[in-house]
Amino acid sequence: MIITILSVLLIGAGTVFFLGAAVGLVRFPDFYTRTHAAGKGDTLSSLLVILGYCVYQLKDFESFGESWPILLVILKLLGISVFILITSPTSTHALMDAGWEDKVEPTIQEGHPNHLNDDSGKF
Amino acid sequence: MEESEPKHYLYRGIVFVMLFVTWFILSGFNDGFHLTLGIISCGLVTWMSSDLLFEHRDASVFARLRQMGRLLAYLCWLVWQIFLANLHLLKLSFSPRSALQPHILRYESNLETDFERFLLANSITLTPGTVTIKIIGNMYYIHAISDISAQGLDGEMERRIRHIFETSPSRKTSEA
Repeated sequence: MIITILSVLLIGAGTVFFLGAAVGLVRFPDFYTRTHAAGKGDTLSSLLVILGYCVYQLKDFESFGESWPILLVILKLLGISVFILITSPTSTHALMDAGWEDKVEPTIQEGHPNHLNDDSGKF
Repeated sequence: MEESEPKHYLYRGIVFVMLFVTWFILSGFNDGFHLTLGIISCGLVTWMSSDLLFEHRDASVFARLRQMGRLLAYLCWLVWQIFLANLHLLKLSFSPRSALQPHILRYESNLETDFERFLLANSITLTPGTVTIKIIGNMYYIHAISDISAQGLDGEMERRIRHIFETSPSRKTSEA
């Protein structure tokens, strides 16, 4: 029972962060800030949801001799989260870089620097 | 590069064990038939391409283990940073437009190897609020969504990454 509640809490917290990412995707002003919301709001939320699944798997765990396949499932789930931690920033970076190469104009706050624009003559 | 023979076999063994553990986790069968299949295929892959995995094979195993431990500690710290930054981004999503100060800044690092640079760029991108757009030489161009996110780029991350891979000469001699 405690395990179920714990996993529900983790998954629920994950979906709250997913909601934040979705709201940000609609509300943020330009391509770059929206990519922030879309590509990164999901790092923590997917970690939390996967952790919730891992905890939920422990529900049927009785003894190591009988229930060792459950540990394999948990390891596979953790493998998925490692995969997300590697691929998510890479694809976000690729999107942003492609946007810059296609000359999508970023919205820059007044009085803040755009060093990439300043230096783009150098390379 | 000339390699000493025993270390060469040691690294092959490590590659084989890593492959076989992966095989076992993904298959989940522990009967003889499947294990034999696993040993054959892992052995085949190790024989053909074991030299793809580790770069500096003259490093001692202890140094490797220490790096591995530090990398794990770094990952734990990084997850905590991701948590803090994600809370900030969640707050930004629901606050008025004036809470955002999007801008692009430069960050110069002194990291040397490609893997360290890759780790820094991916860590910057992983913490919400900052994305690496371009790396040119040692100069990182980073899009930050607000001033608070940009404050995270104070060199702390780079210092920790350097700490993972540093091999101080005094330690090296004590291990040899």
